[in-house]
Amino acid sequence: MPRPGFVLDVDRSTPPILFHHGEGFRLERLPAGRSRVIYPSEPIEALKNPDAAIRDALVNPIGDSEPLTALLKPGMKLTIAFDDISLPLPPMKRPDIRQRVIEAVLDLAAAAGVDDVMLIAALALHRRMTEAELRHAVGDRVYDAFAPDGRLINHDAEDPDNLLYIGSTEQGEEVEINKRAADSDLIIYVNINLVSMDGGWKSTATGLASYRSLRHHHNVRTMQHSKSFMDQHKSELHSANWRMGKVLRDSGIKVFQIETTMNNNVFGTEGPMSVLQKREWEWSLKDRVTMAGMKTALDLMPSRTKRSIFQGWQAPHAMTSVQAGEVEAVHKLTTENVYKQHLVQVEGQTDILTMGLPYISPYNVNSILNPILVACLGLGYFFNLYRGKPPVREGGVVIMSHPTPWEFHPVHHPSYIDFFEQVLSVTTDPLRIEAEFEKSFAEDEWYRHLYRTSYAYHGVHPFYMWYWCSHALQHVGEVIIVGGDVRAVRRLGFKPASTLQDALEMASDVVGRDATITHLHNPPILMADVS
Amino acid sequence: MSNATPSRMPITRKQATKLIRKLPVNRSVGNSVVRRGGSIGRIVKTLLTEPTVPNGVKVLAKESKVGANYDTDWARSYPARAARVLLVEGLVRPVIDILATPTVYGDDRLTDIEGPVVFAANHHSHIDTPLMLSVIPEPWRHHLFIGAAADYFFGNQITSTLSALVIGAIPIERTKVTRNSADQAAVLLDDGWSMLIFPEGGRSPDGWGQQFRGGAAYLSLRCNVPVVPVHLEGTGKVLRKGKNVPRLHPTSVTFGKPIMPNEGEDSRHLAIRIEEAVAALADESATDWWQARRRAAAGETPSLHGPEAGSWRRSWSLDDRKRTRKGKRNWPEV
Repeated sequence: MPRPGFVLDVDRSTPPILFHHGEGFRLERLPAGRSRVIYPSEPIEALKNPDAAIRDALVNPIGDSEPLTALLKPGMKLTIAFDDISLPLPPMKRPDIRQRVIEAVLDLAAAAGVDDVMLIAALALHRRMTEAELRHAVGDRVYDAFAPDGRLINHDAEDPDNLLYIGSTEQGEEVEINKRAADSDLIIYVNINLVSMDGGWKSTATGLASYRSLRHHHNVRTMQHSKSFMDQHKSELHSANWRMGKVLRDSGIKVFQIETTMNNNVFGTEGPMSVLQKREWEWSLKDRVTMAGMKTALDLMPSRTKRSIFQGWQAPHAMTSVQAGEVEAVHKLTTENVYKQHLVQVEGQTDILTMGLPYISPYNVNSILNPILVACLGLGYFFNLYRGKPPVREGGVVIMSHPTPWEFHPVHHPSYIDFFEQVLSVTTDPLRIEAEFEKSFAEDEWYRHLYRTSYAYHGVHPFYMWYWCSHALQHVGEVIIVGGDVRAVRRLGFKPASTLQDALEMASDVVGRDATITHLHNPPILMADVS
Repeated sequence: MSNATPSRMPITRKQATKLIRKLPVNRSVGNSVVRRGGSIGRIVKTLLTEPTVPNGVKVLAKESKVGANYDTDWARSYPARAARVLLVEGLVRPVIDILATPTVYGDDRLTDIEGPVVFAANHHSHIDTPLMLSVIPEPWRHHLFIGAAADYFFGNQITSTLSALVIGAIPIERTKVTRNSADQAAVLLDDGWSMLIFPEGGRSPDGWGQQFRGGAAYLSLRCNVPVVPVHLEGTGKVLRKGKNVPRLHPTSVTFGKPIMPNEGEDSRHLAIRIEEAVAALADESATDWWQARRRAAAGETPSLHGPEAGSWRRSWSLDDRKRTRKGKRNWPEV
């Protein structure tokens, strides 16, 4: 029986706490008597027979939907869209959940005599997936059967010939999605719900959309009104997507949503990485030796080597639930299943929130976590992993631990380089950035070309990463990065500190000397349910 | 006249031996003349020669210790297993990698299986067994026994010992499911060992498959273990039946979805399902997964047995099964 997550009050006997630090680790002693650590729950039990569960979900849908077997007919036009490289994190061991689901769907489509099938990686403005990444996601069998004929493609949000304007919401938000998907008799969306932000109408309304459509909710105002965007009932991001979903539904587009959840078994229960999933006071001699050895070796390695080791890690995540049918009914159940793994009850807020940032975020799989993505991972994702209210009080301090190297992947993140040099050197104010700079990056022909033909994120993507931080930037009084590249941290508008003790000392200028501290022991992922 | 000692009468060893044998007594003198090697040879010959049977005595029928009766328990002792791991990893796999350069498909289908399974593959060549030993993933590879033809692999003590040691074989009667063969396999499956069996009962004579026999299905039903259908392609080109010298040729191995026996299913029906699954894998191997699934759904999966026609036409139509899986495709230009 997996143990639930809990909050540890730090006392003098608490051992040093593990902080992820990019492709490395720090062991930090938190001040006794005024600190607490939020631990995630242990990986919940996986489905015993995932393939059988998928088949069962397809023929027994939930909400107002017929079984998939009844929806598939000979001569129909079928589009299967699936989540891109940003999910799950880290990439999972083969077979990927998407492969299992897509094979099950195609089995039924074959039995129904469906000929016209197209598979689309719903990547919105993310970079295109490489052949190896697609093979990993959908499996070799599906890739070999569909890709050679151009029936397995990456969505292109800048292809005017393959986008279809569907209509506008009551608030004037334009809805434009992939034309092939819109023209299909049925869209089957295959989702992996890593966190509660994923899934629902966001899958189609965002994953298959164009810049014209995305800009209506990927903006500063929406982010500042999403408290948090992980809590769909208080997320303006979700509200906008749901409004767009209504436009899609009213236009006659039929979506059969398949959502899956997974446990947070990120580092496994065996092997050297398993120590990262254990609670520090339960580290055995072997674990302590492993940690010391790993830490020493990583400190000596060049960053390129460390990166390739960590990016090569495939997590033994396992599927915990699968539900299929009508989008909203499916997503409601999915969210409950996600919460079963992630939610940890936390009482009240503290003055300081600390977090150790790992090597990976949704936007640097097989890539580099550049300074903008460091900010987004900490202030965008980790900060927003709450329900109710943030674990840090308004005007408090966020302390993040990451090397924050002044490094960018030139193929994946070309517009990030220019954003860092040309925009953040002028201002870090999200509203001013949006007003003054977004349009020129979003409509830049060179970035557009790289997005469509290379493996680059869209020109506007670094802006969205910065907007992702805007709720946190509005809420907290100070952001400090421990162990980061001083110049890069300053360019982000944050304060650099050499050690956690220095950072706490600096924080005392903002929140006082006896400030209370909360540490998010993440990853594996947790979500603080703050009362 | 000379005082010299008279010279000995010249006589060869052969003549001396002959002469001594003609003497009525004192044979032992002759033995000293006969070569020592001959003596050892005779002793060995004497030891190996069965005693003659007196007239009128009825000889009891002896139970054969080879063939289906060969006891292979020793081949699953720890020293024998260690030797087999060394042989497979140090010799068999490197040789197969050079000779058959196998490409493995579908091993991800085995992810959810726990415990023993029966791997049931089509059979073209003697290379099939070492190839399977090289590509079956862990944890099954080194906890595997092989159902091998009792009359062929267990014909005498030497081949029996080698078959049991190197490939972990147990003898299986090809013509019938005997109690001995089945019991032995069932005990091992119950004990957690997995099995590799070629349900066709022998290598393909012409490149097309033969009807699957019931052994794999029977064991699956009896021990309630899944059957993993496996399709082997190209091994006939490496070493087809009737050839002794192998040649280099790429091969492919496609693992299928594990098949569990249905409630109340008999072994004949399960054997048909296994054969259909291998046929679908052959189709998948020749075309692609989606086409194979569509044909399977429509009941149009090409049979493993080939057309009902004369030998040359069967041979001719083998070319139609050439792999047409498409190569790498560049990304579309936009």
